[in-house]
Amino acid sequence: MSITQIEIQLIAALVAAACALPGVFLVLRQMAMMSDAISHTVLLGIVLTFFVVGELGSPLLILGAAATGVLTVSLIELLNRTGLVKQDAAIGLVFPALFSIAVLLISRFVRGVHLDVDSVLLGELAFAPFDRFQYFGLDVPHATVTMSIILVINVLFIVLFYKELKLATFDPGLAAALGFSPALIHYALMTLVSVTAVGAFDAVGSILVVALVVTPAAAAYLLTDKLRVMLGTSVAIGIGSAIGGYWLARALDANIAGSMATVTGVIFLGVLLFSPHRGLIYIARRRVRQKWEFAQTMLTIHLLQHEGEPEAVLESRVDHLVEHIRWQPGYAEQVVRYAERKGTVRRQGGRLLLTDQGRNLAQDALVRT
Amino acid sequence: MNTIAELFNALLFDYTLRTVAMGAAVLGIVAGALGAFAMLRRQSLLGDAMSHAALPGVVLIFILTGVKSPIVLMLGAAIACGAGVLLIIAITRHTRIKEDASMGIILSVFFGFGLMWLTWLQRSGTAGQAGLNSFLFGQAATLLVADVIVMAAFGGVALLVMVIFWKEFKLLSFDRDFGAGLGYPMQGLDILITMLLVVAIVIGLQAVGVVLMSAMVVAPAVAARQWTNRLEHMVALSSVFGALAGVSGALISSLARGLSTGPLIVLCISAIVVFSLAFAPNRGLVWNAIQRRRRRHQFRDDRVLVSLYHMAQQHDTLSHPHSARAVQTMHMRPAEVHSSLQTLARRNLVEPVNGNQWALTPAGIAEAEKHL
Amino acid sequence: MNAATNSTNTTSKTTNKTTEVTRDQPSALAGVTPPPTHVTAHDTAHDTAQAIGNDTVPDARAIEVTDLTVAYGERPVLWDVDVHVPQGTLMAIVGPNGAGKTTLIKAMLGLIPVAAGQVLIYGQPYSEQRHLVGYVPQRGSVDWDFPTSVLDVVTMGRYGALGWLRRVRNSDRELAMQALYKVGMQDFADRQISQLSGGQQQRTFLARALVQDAQVYLMDEPFQGVDATTERAIVQLLKELRAAGKTVLVVHHDLQTVPEYFDWVTLLNVRRIAGGPVDEVFTDENLRLTYGGRVNFLTRSPQPAPETDVPAPHNVASDKTAPER
Repeated sequence: MSITQIEIQLIAALVAAACALPGVFLVLRQMAMMSDAISHTVLLGIVLTFFVVGELGSPLLILGAAATGVLTVSLIELLNRTGLVKQDAAIGLVFPALFSIAVLLISRFVRGVHLDVDSVLLGELAFAPFDRFQYFGLDVPHATVTMSIILVINVLFIVLFYKELKLATFDPGLAAALGFSPALIHYALMTLVSVTAVGAFDAVGSILVVALVVTPAAAAYLLTDKLRVMLGTSVAIGIGSAIGGYWLARALDANIAGSMATVTGVIFLGVLLFSPHRGLIYIARRRVRQKWEFAQTMLTIHLLQHEGEPEAVLESRVDHLVEHIRWQPGYAEQVVRYAERKGTVRRQGGRLLLTDQGRNLAQDALVRT
Repeated sequence: MNTIAELFNALLFDYTLRTVAMGAAVLGIVAGALGAFAMLRRQSLLGDAMSHAALPGVVLIFILTGVKSPIVLMLGAAIACGAGVLLIIAITRHTRIKEDASMGIILSVFFGFGLMWLTWLQRSGTAGQAGLNSFLFGQAATLLVADVIVMAAFGGVALLVMVIFWKEFKLLSFDRDFGAGLGYPMQGLDILITMLLVVAIVIGLQAVGVVLMSAMVVAPAVAARQWTNRLEHMVALSSVFGALAGVSGALISSLARGLSTGPLIVLCISAIVVFSLAFAPNRGLVWNAIQRRRRRHQFRDDRVLVSLYHMAQQHDTLSHPHSARAVQTMHMRPAEVHSSLQTLARRNLVEPVNGNQWALTPAGIAEAEKHL
Repeated sequence: MNAATNSTNTTSKTTNKTTEVTRDQPSALAGVTPPPTHVTAHDTAHDTAQAIGNDTVPDARAIEVTDLTVAYGERPVLWDVDVHVPQGTLMAIVGPNGAGKTTLIKAMLGLIPVAAGQVLIYGQPYSEQRHLVGYVPQRGSVDWDFPTSVLDVVTMGRYGALGWLRRVRNSDRELAMQALYKVGMQDFADRQISQLSGGQQQRTFLARALVQDAQVYLMDEPFQGVDATTERAIVQLLKELRAAGKTVLVVHHDLQTVPEYFDWVTLLNVRRIAGGPVDEVFTDENLRLTYGGRVNFLTRSPQPAPETDVPAPHNVASDKTAPER
C-alpha cells in the first residue's frame, strides 16, 4: 500500500466515524431525512461564505455551512409551526429551494475555482491527499486535519452531553421538565450534523454523507438495544464500509464515495437478514416456531375454557376445532399431534383432554395476558 | 416589455426553448397532480427517496442494453424506483427502523450504487454514456421532441389511471380502514398510486434531475392546498402550479447563460409556495393575521360601546353623552379608545355631541344591548 | 383484496342493493328487511342450540364471533373471544386500555389478520356479508385537514355500493344529505371538515355509516370526546337504529352510561370476561375481573340491592356462554 492509499483510507475512516456518531441520534429521533436536507443546503453556506472570504480553504467556510444548517432546521420548524405544512413536506420544500439557489449562484458567478456542483454532490476522495497541510514539520492531507477536528468535536459533544442527549431522545417531555431544553439539544445536534456534513462533502459529496450518517446507525439499531453499544457498532460499521468501499472502488476503478455507500448498503442488507434477534431470517423462523406454540396454547385454552361444561364433549373434539377455531382439518390434526408430543393434550376416544401440564400452560397464558 | 415579447416570440419559434418549456409543463402537470396525493398521504419525502433511487436503474439498464433511448432509460429508472419503494415499505414494516431512516438508507445507498457504476462507465471509456449525466442534475436543454412525446404519453396514462380510480384513491388517502371495510383492496390501491408517482418522477428526471425532482412532487401540492378545500380543485391547481413553474423556469433560463433550468423551476415553484402560504385567503398567514387583527378591533369597539352604555345607564337617557376621556378611564389605551369611537361613529352607532363628547345612537343602544 | 375475487358477486350484490335503496328512499332507517340469509342464520343457530342440548331457541344472531384470536407478533391481543349479538340489540364493548376492543372490531372487519376464529354475520362469513356491515372508525384515525367537505365524506359511505369505476351520482349525494339530516348536520354539508368540532366530526362519521344502509354497525368509540349535544344525538340515533331492527356493536369507555345506553354488554380484557344482557352481566364482580380491581366501581351509583345479590361470581369458565341463553 502506498502512502496515498493509506491516507485516503484514513480520511475515509475519519469521515465515516464522524458521520456515524450523530447518525445514531438522528435515527433514534426519527430525523434521518434531516441529514439529507442539511447535507444539501450546506452548499449554500459554502457558496455565500466563499463570496465573502474569497477562498475555499478557509475555516470560516465551516462556520458558514453550519449557519446554513441551522437556518435549514429553523425554516423547517417555522413552516411546520404555521400548521399549514406537515413536517415531511416542510423538509421537502426547504432544501430543494436553498440548494437551487446555491447551484444557480455557483453556475452564474463562480468560475475557475474548485467549486462545482458535481464535486459537492459526488465528492472525489481520490484527490484529497493532494491538498496538503504543512505546519510544524507536519505534512498531512488537509482533510485529515479537518476531519480529525470534526470527529473530536463530535466525540466530545456526545461524551459531555451523553445524559442529556439520551434523555432528550427517549423522553423529550421529561427532559424539558428537568430543565434540559430539548429544542437547544435539537439545534446543537443539527449544528453538529451541519459541521460534519460540510467537512465530509469535500471527501464524499453531500448525498453520500446521508449514506454514512443513516445507514451504519440503522444497521447498529438492528443489532443492539444499548445506546453505548449502538454508538460503537455504528462507528465500526461506518469505518468498515469506508475501508471496504475504498477497495471496491479500486477494483472497479469507480467513484470511492459511491462504492462506500454501496458497501454500507451491503452491510445493512447483511444485518437486515442475519441480525441475531432482529434479522428477517430470525424473525421468520421465530414466527414459524411461535405459530406452533401459539396454536398449542390456543388449543389448551380452548379446552380449559370448556372443561366441565355440558358442551365440553362437543367443544373438545378435533372436528370441532376445524369448525370453530377455523383450522384446516390437516392443520388441526398437526396441532393436536404437536401438543401430544409436548405432553399438554391427550386423546381419549374422539375427545381431547388436557394433561396437568396443558392446564398449567393454559392458566399461565391466561394470567400472563 | 420588450424582453417579454421576445420571450413569447422565442417560446413560439425557438425550437429548443419550445421543447424545454413543453417538457417542463408536462412534468409539472403530472408531478403536480400525483404529488398532491403524495402530500396528503404524508409521503412527501418518498418522492425525494424515489428520485435518487432511480439512478442505478438508468445506469445499469444502459450498461446491460447499451441503448440510450428515453423509453429504455425511463424503464430502468422506473424499475429501480419501484424496487426502492418496495424496500422502504418492507424495511419499515418488518423491522424497528422507522420510515425516515428507511428512506435515508435507500435514497443514499441506491444513489451511491448508481454513482459507482456511472463512474465505472465513464472511466472504462464506453462511448456514448455522455447523456446519462443529465439524470443527475437534469439538463432540460438536451430534451428532444421525441423525449417530450414519451413523457407526455407516460404521464397521460398515469393521469388517466388516476382519474379512473379517483374515488378509490380519495378513499385511500382519507380513510384507509373505512375503505378496507367497504371491501376495497387498499394495499393494492396503495401500490398502484405509488407506482403512478414513480411514473411522474421518472418522466421528470431528465429535465430537472434526481436531486431537484422531489421539489416538483411536494411544492405544487403545498401551494395548491392553500387555495382550496376540495380535492378535485387541489389536484387541478397543483398541476397548474407545476406547469406554470416549469414553463417560467424554462423561460427565465433562456434569458442568460449559466442559468440552468432545473434550479430555476424549483425556485419558481418555491416562490409560488411562499406567496400561497402568505396570501391565500382563509389559510394564508397574512390573511389570518388580518382576521385576528380585525377580530381584536371588533372586540375593542364592542367594549367601548358597552362602556358608553353602562355610563349612560347612570343617567336619565341611554343617549346621554360622555367625553372620550371618561371612556378612557374604563380602558387602558387612550389612542385605541379614540380609534374605536371613530369606527363606531362610521357605523352610526355613536355620534359626536358638543364637539368633544360622544353619545349612543338608537342603533348603538340596540347593538350594545346585544352584547350585554 | 376480496373485491377482486368477488367480482362476480359484486354485480349481483349491487343490483340487490339498488332495489333496497329505492324502497328505503324515504328513510334509510325505516323498513327493517331481514337480509335473505336471515332465515338460514336462524336455522343454524337453532340447530346448534339443539345439538348442544339447549331447548330454548336463541334470538337470531346478527353477529356471531367465535373463538377469535389475534396476536401481534408474540403478544396475544385477543384470546379465544366469543361475542354473540342478537338482532336488534345495542351492545357495548367495555374494558381497560389495551384490552383489545379496537382490535376486536378491526379483526371482525378483516382489517387485521386473525390467528383463529370466525366472524359470522347473519350466519354467513363476514367476507360474504360485507355489504350488511357499516363501520364507524375512531375519529382520530383520519387527517381532518384533508381537503374535502362534510357531504363528500358522508358520500364515501356509498362507495361500497357503487363499486369500482362507477362515479358518485346525485342520488348518492341525496342519500348522504338525508343521513346528514338524521344526525342534525344538514347545515354543515358544504363545510370543510377541518372547521368541525369534535362532536360534529363524530356525527359526520355516523352519517357516513348510515348511508351504508347496513344491518349491522360496528362503532369504535363514537362517544370519545364529544359534546353533550352530540352525545344525545348519538344515543337517539342508536335507539332509532334499534327500533329499525339494526344491530349495533359499540366500543365504549364510559362505564356510568352503559346501563342507560345499551341492552347488552361484553366485558373484554384480552379474553372475554363476560357477555350478555346488561342487567345480568354488568356487575361489580365482573367489572373487577375486567379491570383487575384497580378501580372502585362501587362509586358507580348507589346500586339497588339485587345488583350485589348476583348469586355466584361469574368466573371465566362457567360464564363463557351462559348469559346469552
